[in-house]
Amino acid sequence: MLLIHCPYCEEDRSELEFRWAGEAHIARPDAIADITDEEFAEYFFLRNNEKGLTYERWRHIHGCGRFFNAARDTVSDRFLMTYKAGLPKQPVPGVSATEKTVETYEQTEGDAR
Amino acid sequence: MAEVSSSKAARTLALSGIRGRAASVSIIPAAPAERVSLRARPEDVTALSSALELELPTKPKTSATNNMRTALWLGPDEWLVIGDGEGESGLMAACAASGVLCSAVDVSHRNTAIWVEGAGAAAAINAGCPLDLSLKAFPVGACTRTIFGKVEIVLLRTGEESFRVEVWRSFSDYAYALLAEGALDATF
Ligand SMILES: [Zn+2]
Repeated sequence: MLLIHCPYCEEDRSELEFRWAGEAHIARPDAIADITDEEFAEYFFLRNNEKGLTYERWRHIHGCGRFFNAARDTVSDRFLMTYKAGLPKQPVPGVSATEKTVETYEQTEGDAR
Repeated sequence: MAEVSSSKAARTLALSGIRGRAASVSIIPAAPAERVSLRARPEDVTALSSALELELPTKPKTSATNNMRTALWLGPDEWLVIGDGEGESGLMAACAASGVLCSAVDVSHRNTAIWVEGAGAAAAINAGCPLDLSLKAFPVGACTRTIFGKVEIVLLRTGEESFRVEVWRSFSDYAYALLAEGALDATF
């Protein structure tokens, strides 16, 4: 079972108590009525879906109920760190910035028979 | 025309009459209680504590008890306050009298509670709950909202071998059945 550290409960708890809540650190535009449709789509619909280090919101829904942020590796599924909501994006010691890998169908599935 | 009786209808517990039977665990419905779901800001905790005559806990997973009242820390600004007796313990009135801005919702009838006691109590609960219930990680007085099988519960340890399981009324059949199932496997 995967254990996730809740920064509010201050301990590791079972993944069964948590829910994923999408990409973290997405700022709502100030003048949201004035932005173009493209800018709105970028804010509202489009996500980076990065391979490797990614920042996500999680919620300890069956625990303290709080939302918090997590740095997670999407390749290994490991939680690298968690921190309270409202804090700026935290650097993860020893992990460099995300590699900008663009995977195409041919690269990943092209050899599948 | 039919006579309208003036006597109050008797309220029946969701799990009325049920008794768990397993060698090392007893599973018994708790008596009705008054319950308040309380949300408040950190700066108002002191005023609420004195109004409730009970120190609202501010550390995760802790509870405080005074005079038949127990306050359970559920989150950084959230408590479940339980008062013995049905509607007479004055929890709502105490919150209103605190004079601070808070959200106090009477959830007395939303929840029902189950006492799980005996040498196999922790094992019976662990049948559906991933928490570490060793005395080191979950000592007497510890409490938390957590998951039990498919339902959410609030768990409070009242003794080394004694737990109060707070569960939503409509989920109580399920919680009871899973506890009874877990109790059968709890061999000590
Ligand atoms: Zn938590």
